[in-house]
Amino acid sequence: MRHTACLLVLVFFLLPACREGRHESSHFPGEVPYSFPEPDLSHIGPPEMEMFPCSDCHDPETADPERRQLEMAHEDIVLEHDEEHRWCLDCHDLENRDMLHLASGELIPFEKSYRLCGQCHGDKYRDWKAGVHGRRTGHWDDPEQQQYLLCANCHSPHSPAFKPIQPKPVPHAPEVTK
Amino acid sequence: MSQTATTRRDFLCVVAGCAAAATAAGCSDLTHTRWFRSRFIELSPDQKERILAELLEENRKKFPPDKQDQVVLSGKDALPGVEFGYALDISRCVGCRRCVYACVDENNQSRDPQIHWIRVLEMDKERGIDFAHANPYYDTDQVPREDHFYLPVACQQCRNAPCVKSCPVGATWHEEDGIVVVDYDWCIGCRCCMAACPYGARHFNWAEPNVPAEDLNPNLHYLGNRPRPKGVVEKCTFCIQRTRNGRYPACVEICPVGARKFGNLLDPNSEVRYVIEHKRVYVLKAELNTRPRFYYFYGV
Ligand code: SF4
Repeated sequence: MRHTACLLVLVFFLLPACREGRHESSHFPGEVPYSFPEPDLSHIGPPEMEMFPCSDCHDPETADPERRQLEMAHEDIVLEHDEEHRWCLDCHDLENRDMLHLASGELIPFEKSYRLCGQCHGDKYRDWKAGVHGRRTGHWDDPEQQQYLLCANCHSPHSPAFKPIQPKPVPHAPEVTK
Repeated sequence: MSQTATTRRDFLCVVAGCAAAATAAGCSDLTHTRWFRSRFIELSPDQKERILAELLEENRKKFPPDKQDQVVLSGKDALPGVEFGYALDISRCVGCRRCVYACVDENNQSRDPQIHWIRVLEMDKERGIDFAHANPYYDTDQVPREDHFYLPVACQQCRNAPCVKSCPVGATWHEEDGIVVVDYDWCIGCRCCMAACPYGARHFNWAEPNVPAEDLNPNLHYLGNRPRPKGVVEKCTFCIQRTRNGRYPACVEICPVGARKFGNLLDPNSEVRYVIEHKRVYVLKAELNTRPRFYYFYGV
């Protein structure tokens, strides 16, 4: 009986204590730390937007919130992003056209669009913050000297899947394998 | 062993010194020249400095006149507390070969005859990883091709490297940070290492390497991308000239899909450690017990 009690003490108090003592991201496999700091993104912006600010044309007074085929402007935008269920105003804000909104209604600027993406793509968001999803350039040993990209720098938010690209030239094959 | 080698070299040096007495080259000078010295790893800091200076002058001449003062030839040692590791996301690679050519440019590989340190293999999704049916010569307008996936292979920087064990003259070795390097001035071109390497990662200069002078990268490292002579073996060095100065390798920076991750295996916060701890990782030909520092993973 005493032995069991000792064991229980060990398991419930001592082991977690050992674990707490470990470095924050040194955890057991399967346990995922969600505590990665938000990277400093002050130096990058969203991709160039030709027609910003949107409020130049969009007036909340005259806005039509109905889902419809776009005419007049933006005909080039083909939504291939869960288009059955989504549409412009799920991300763009009707009242403030120069901002996006989260599911909670919180308004966010275009520079913070990754928070919007992260609502559905939480696993990618987590990996991106850890530097594992997406490309980083600069210094491996110094986060201060690293350049990040936002989701929208690589993925078109309206059609996020990568399109095929042209590969670089075929390597020369040795005579025998030609 | 190295003691014996040094002694024999010293002896040769005396002989050569006597023979060359007429040229008035003193023997003590000879021990520091390129032809009568030990392997780079055995040199004293002082000897390294003299040899690097000598080689720098020699290499400068290969660059166009307006670029000559940009040439640097480093012999920088491994950074303390660092062991490099690499992780490549096979679920993302699209086989575009951007990495292959970025590597060629960065590392002054011969253009013709062509040497590529990275080889991108196209594989059938149906077969999975199967080297017998892999194709590095896929020729298509658009990648990725349907029903195929891509597996770029370069030096795996093995902890238990067969190439290092096979070299009869000790011209290739493990550095403290895990990079397997070649001393091009010590390699005798026997190509034992090429036969030993199970990844086809070593490449031989069958002819004088040929890189247009204006395309040479002037940021050189003795054990890395300095121009090689004909008759020696070369391979990926994790971009030693960049990574020992804190920078990512060239292939990491070019990859358009961000499939390539690099960092310090000893740092629990590094990107490679995150990959190893959270993703399904895979090493090539694990059954050979080469214990690569290069990991493949499924990021999605
Ligand atoms: S650059 Fe990236 S996507 Fe292209 S072949 Fe190399 S690893 Fe694959």
